[in-house]
Amino acid sequence: MNMSNPFKFFSLSMVWLWMFIFALLPFCLIVISSFMKHDHLQIFQASVTIDSYKQLNNAVYFHIFEKSFILAGISTLLCLLLGYPFAYVIARMHGPWKNFLLLLVIIPFWTSSLIRSYALIAMIKTKGILNAVLLGLGILHEPMQLLFTNTAVVIGLVYNLLPFMVLPIMTNIERLDTRLVDAARDLGANRFTTFKRVIIPLTAPGIIAGSILVFLPSMTIFYIPDILGGAKSILLGNLIQNQFLVAQNWPMGAAVSVVLSLVLVLLIGFYLWATRGSKNRELLT
Amino acid sequence: MVDILLISLHNLHPSYGMLLVYGQVNAGDHALDKNVIELQGVYKSLPDHDILHDINLEVREGEFLTLLGPSGCGKTTLLRLISGFDEPTKGRIFIDNKDVSGLPPHKRHVHTVFQSYALFPHMTVYENVAFGLRCQKVALAEMEARIADVIKMVKLEKYLQRKPSQLSGGQQQRVAIARAAVNRPRVLLLDEPLSSLDYRLRQTMQIELKQLQRKLGITFIFVTHDQEEALSMSDRIVVMQEGCIEQVGTPRQVYEDPQNLNVAKFVGEANIFEGEITHLNGNNQVIVSILGKARPAKSRHHLVSGEKVHVLVRPEDVRVWAPAEIEDAKDMFAGSVEEVIYKGTTVDLMVRLENNKLIAATEFFDEDDDRLEYKMGEKVWVNWTPGWEVILPHEHE
Repeated sequence: MNMSNPFKFFSLSMVWLWMFIFALLPFCLIVISSFMKHDHLQIFQASVTIDSYKQLNNAVYFHIFEKSFILAGISTLLCLLLGYPFAYVIARMHGPWKNFLLLLVIIPFWTSSLIRSYALIAMIKTKGILNAVLLGLGILHEPMQLLFTNTAVVIGLVYNLLPFMVLPIMTNIERLDTRLVDAARDLGANRFTTFKRVIIPLTAPGIIAGSILVFLPSMTIFYIPDILGGAKSILLGNLIQNQFLVAQNWPMGAAVSVVLSLVLVLLIGFYLWATRGSKNRELLT
Repeated sequence: MVDILLISLHNLHPSYGMLLVYGQVNAGDHALDKNVIELQGVYKSLPDHDILHDINLEVREGEFLTLLGPSGCGKTTLLRLISGFDEPTKGRIFIDNKDVSGLPPHKRHVHTVFQSYALFPHMTVYENVAFGLRCQKVALAEMEARIADVIKMVKLEKYLQRKPSQLSGGQQQRVAIARAAVNRPRVLLLDEPLSSLDYRLRQTMQIELKQLQRKLGITFIFVTHDQEEALSMSDRIVVMQEGCIEQVGTPRQVYEDPQNLNVAKFVGEANIFEGEITHLNGNNQVIVSILGKARPAKSRHHLVSGEKVHVLVRPEDVRVWAPAEIEDAKDMFAGSVEEVIYKGTTVDLMVRLENNKLIAATEFFDEDDDRLEYKMGEKVWVNWTPGWEVILPHEHE
């Protein structure tokens, strides 16, 4: 890289410095502490061991991993099913309506996602707005218990993460050459075949990017399962938080973090592999 | 005269004479009387104007038909109406004598080769070509045979497993044609398919396309704004202007006997003189007065004595003489050379006549007249062989 430009040099080195101090160093500390011995009095004992990883090899933790995966997977799938058609419609629109709908996607970012999750409680609690409406319309005869269930966690995750699915898919569809759709129709493909054989493959980079942007946070956001799932719903995010803050077991929390990071790196690796040779990468280019 | 014309056309474009002969063979090969597409009173209108205005057109089985016109004349819209991407505001379109209004593109047995080719970038050449057959659920064995056939025809055997991005422009063009032709459509619609190729490749592809059309035996409707392309490839040309059809005819008819000034100006270069009919001699023979000189001429238009007319002379029909070569300047026009453009096979001259009119003349190198050294400002005499001009009724420009 050409470093002759002082401005370029300065701005790049600031970012690198920032990332080094506040991202890379802490991560190294996490990795190191995961190999330390647990101690109730100090943060950890300075002796190298893989005890924490051995402890992870336990049905309870496997179950939490599995459950986190499934919930994150369901949330991602729901985001995709809700987000793709929406993204498609916006991407194909022109003029002020498009900007308005885009604004609707972005508005939630203006408030803290924590506060919005609390607001969701008011919606879905037993005496909340959703139940009141459904009872009032006679669709339900007794209120349904939503809050503190896995469903509530999924609702919270989808609600919070939907924009991350919509935006990359939308940019991808915007870039899709409509003449290819015309060509498919011209060659005898009906709408479904065109969608399956042409539109989906060509927007796959957006779909994968969106899915990763939804899936990764789904695995790690700890406050949504905390607030909406109650004590019953322990997911990976909460597990890490609990190990550090409640159980005071830093090596254990660190070990879970490291394993999670490895899983996420694998997913990103999959993304790179799946979109190799494509010019339409939304992430990591 | 035909011979002379053939030679001069041959000079215009090296492949033209050859293709003219092909055209005649072609006409004998196919039964050109059956219509594969018919348009009756077709309009495509926006609230404030017509994109297409009362289009009536018959496309014959097996012919190479070109829609020729400047950009914005509605030729692409016409193609989209036939392929089914747009519906006419008024009028009817028949494919194989069946009214196709309301029929979506995938149910019409016509295929389009798009201007940008629109090859599927995520599929290999093979998959691209197979796309249409897979949509029709053609059996595997037949599909492979048909693909092998068409791939051989477009000479892409070596590239089957490549992605479109790994092919050159000309190869992509061939894939696009193969992808459409493999479905054996009744008609292949080509929307300016050569416009993104460079000049030399375009020349090669013109000949290749024409040969391919003959081999496939499929009717081609070819859209272009390039008159040279239209002349060299077509069996018939449809000249369009501002949403209307100006003339339909063979390349020769359109070039040598244009229906009106628009056609004359758009197809080829033309010098246009203002004239007046002074005598009618019957049998299409007239005497026309141009710039004060009376010249005999022929016209198939119905003219009356004293009528104002346009007299059209193609640059290659204009002869330029040095004063020393001339004995009798009775029906010649005096002028001076204003511009000399050496083109290799020809020399193009711009000659300023005495009434200040600028005319173009194309002089060929031939054995009789190797004196093609013109100097700027040189005084010359200009004329043309009587009967080679075209007389058109006067239009207000």
